[in-house]
Amino acid sequence: MGEVSDAIMEKLSAALSPKVIDVINQSEMHKGHAGYSNGESHFAVKIVSDAFEGKSRLARQRLVMDALKAELAGPLHALSIDAKTPAEAG
Amino acid sequence: MTDQPIFERIRDYVTKDDVVLFMKGTPVFPQCGFSSVVSQVLNHLDVKYQSYNVLEDMELREGIKAYSDWPTIPQLYVKGEFVGGCDIVKEMFQTGELQSLLTEKGVAA
Repeated sequence: MGEVSDAIMEKLSAALSPKVIDVINQSEMHKGHAGYSNGESHFAVKIVSDAFEGKSRLARQRLVMDALKAELAGPLHALSIDAKTPAEAG
Repeated sequence: MTDQPIFERIRDYVTKDDVVLFMKGTPVFPQCGFSSVVSQVLNHLDVKYQSYNVLEDMELREGIKAYSDWPTIPQLYVKGEFVGGCDIVKEMFQTGELQSLLTEKGVAA
């Protein structure tokens, strides 16, 4: 795990107390692409949290992106977000 | 939301056309996988949309992020309202919600 992965994991864990969290580094798929930097630029996160209960898709993604504001302004070029409540995750 | 001069232009863009996509590249030559997915969904639904290439316009590229308070591109707007980026558009397409939204808003799909 790299520095950016660690930060994503830590910050999302702190902000959303997830039941399940998976941080997937997809940077190598984007090698050569403009946003690629140091192998930690493109990520996908899967999160199951009670914090998403009763919230729209936009609101859920905003919660995740707000927690990662510093990373998104820096090395994190692309972030794919799968945000579910425990009930939806089954 | 602090008003910036660029916001006026963006407001004009998103109200002039029913469906507006801010993307990297163009529907024919997308320059980002996420932008490409959204434009493919719209093409598949046979929706008429106006696209703007943010790579050709730095003011727009930064302005659109502030306008919607959303840090990433692509961004899809329907009737002036921000719908979402790639994840949201893809999910809404898969569940049929995007089609319903377009019908609801009176956009022929």
